[in-house]
Amino acid sequence: MSGRPSRIPVRVAEVSQVTPLVKCFRFESVDGGPLPPFSGGAHVVVEIPDGDSVRRNAYSVMSSPRDVSAYTVSVRRDDAGRGGSRLLHDRVSVGDLLHISAPANLFALDYRARKHLLIAGGIGITPFLGMADQLLHDHQPFDLHYAVRSLQDGAYVEHLQRRFGAHVSIYAGDQGQRLPLQMLLSRQPLGTHLYVCGPASLIDAAFTVARQIGWPEASLHAERFAAPAPGHPFTVELSRSGRTIAVGAQQSMLDAIEAAGVAAPYGCRGGVCGQCETRVVSCDGRIIHEDHHLSEAEKAANSLVLPCVSRFEGRRLVLDL
Amino acid sequence: MSVATIKSRPLYATLAPATGSLHLMLADTDGAQALLDLARIAPAELFARAHIMLISNPTAAETAVAAIAGLRPDMFYQGPSLEAALPRLAQALAAAHMGTRLYLAGSEGLIGRATKLALEAGMDAASIQAQHCGTLARRVQCVHCKGITEDVRTQPCVCSHCGLTLLVRDHYSRRIAAFQGVCIDAEEPGSVPEAVDLFR
Repeated sequence: MSGRPSRIPVRVAEVSQVTPLVKCFRFESVDGGPLPPFSGGAHVVVEIPDGDSVRRNAYSVMSSPRDVSAYTVSVRRDDAGRGGSRLLHDRVSVGDLLHISAPANLFALDYRARKHLLIAGGIGITPFLGMADQLLHDHQPFDLHYAVRSLQDGAYVEHLQRRFGAHVSIYAGDQGQRLPLQMLLSRQPLGTHLYVCGPASLIDAAFTVARQIGWPEASLHAERFAAPAPGHPFTVELSRSGRTIAVGAQQSMLDAIEAAGVAAPYGCRGGVCGQCETRVVSCDGRIIHEDHHLSEAEKAANSLVLPCVSRFEGRRLVLDL
Repeated sequence: MSVATIKSRPLYATLAPATGSLHLMLADTDGAQALLDLARIAPAELFARAHIMLISNPTAAETAVAAIAGLRPDMFYQGPSLEAALPRLAQALAAAHMGTRLYLAGSEGLIGRATKLALEAGMDAASIQAQHCGTLARRVQCVHCKGITEDVRTQPCVCSHCGLTLLVRDHYSRRIAAFQGVCIDAEEPGSVPEAVDLFR
């Protein structure tokens, strides 16, 4: 698979306020037919029109993979972000038409596992809703541990407890409850796989403890909700089209390239999947690599860059686009 | 040291210290030295968290056994044969958690059968290390009757179950933990090359 994922026109069938900061959107296909099938952990990229430009944000599909009549996503409002979540919260209502990408899965369950240990922090719960449904249906042993700031702010706490019962443990931060990572990770049976989704600090803490206990790398899975960080404005030249493109402080390089009308390949838009990996023709300056995909050696060589999250400072950057 | 002659043939390495909470080790007398070599490069706490299972036959030197005991592992089992030791390994695996590492040193039969047990207990391949020491003798499964003949040293060999003369192939099954043996004289019964001591 390469290049741009296909776009699906959808109608917003339902919008609901889940917590003060989280809204849930249900998308159905405009012709009322089934949407493409997907597996637990998949995400879709939602195109959010913003005046002249388009914002593209990836969201985990929360709904059950067994129901292809709709995709449900949850969006946490981030007032400090680049605006995509704010637009969805404030401007999108039932009946609106949007485009989404076909689902892609970078956080799939590994069915060689004897048991699946799911750890979620905050809005990181979203991929696990579909995954837990899939595991329950497939009679696979699993436990879900979910850390929330408070029970009121924790999205879907009641839903999870009702639907998955003893599989679920909730930790409310405002009651002093913390995820007991050391205890949890030191007594899992052989063949357990670990899946973590939430803030980078949670993922890093869980992986550090797991590695120190001796979990092998292949048993560790994470979905990082990385949004491109803003930075200083810079320009980038595209060698094939001969264009020079200005990247604004609040824009990612990929956003700016797309806004200029150049179709660049992309996948997760969060620096993880590598679909947007682009060859650097020349670099007179410093590429600020913010991705989790290139190796340290590749980053040091500055021969490749992931424009969805990385930036540049210096005199001249030319990409093979 | 084994050489890859065919894709299915496992390649063995030298044991190296791994990060883990429990280190299970199984070795026969030929493999004991590999454990002593490991001890020389491993951090002290590795053996403090180790459960060593040593197969020492009556001819094994007392000094070798004493040297292994001297590593002061958390648990030390000494058994007379692989058959006796494997149930002990199975029991250790049944109680083991994620973070357990397995180190195997000895014949290919020991490595194969212990690896099979570990994989069946849910352990992943990356957590298992194996160093081939000593004899090249093979476990051979007769492709015809499915019986396994132990300690095969000649090419061809005779199936200890059905009596057919088998060509001992390099094709290896991790699932069965044995090399494949195929009837060598199917087309011309009795036309069998002289047995050669190949797997010493």
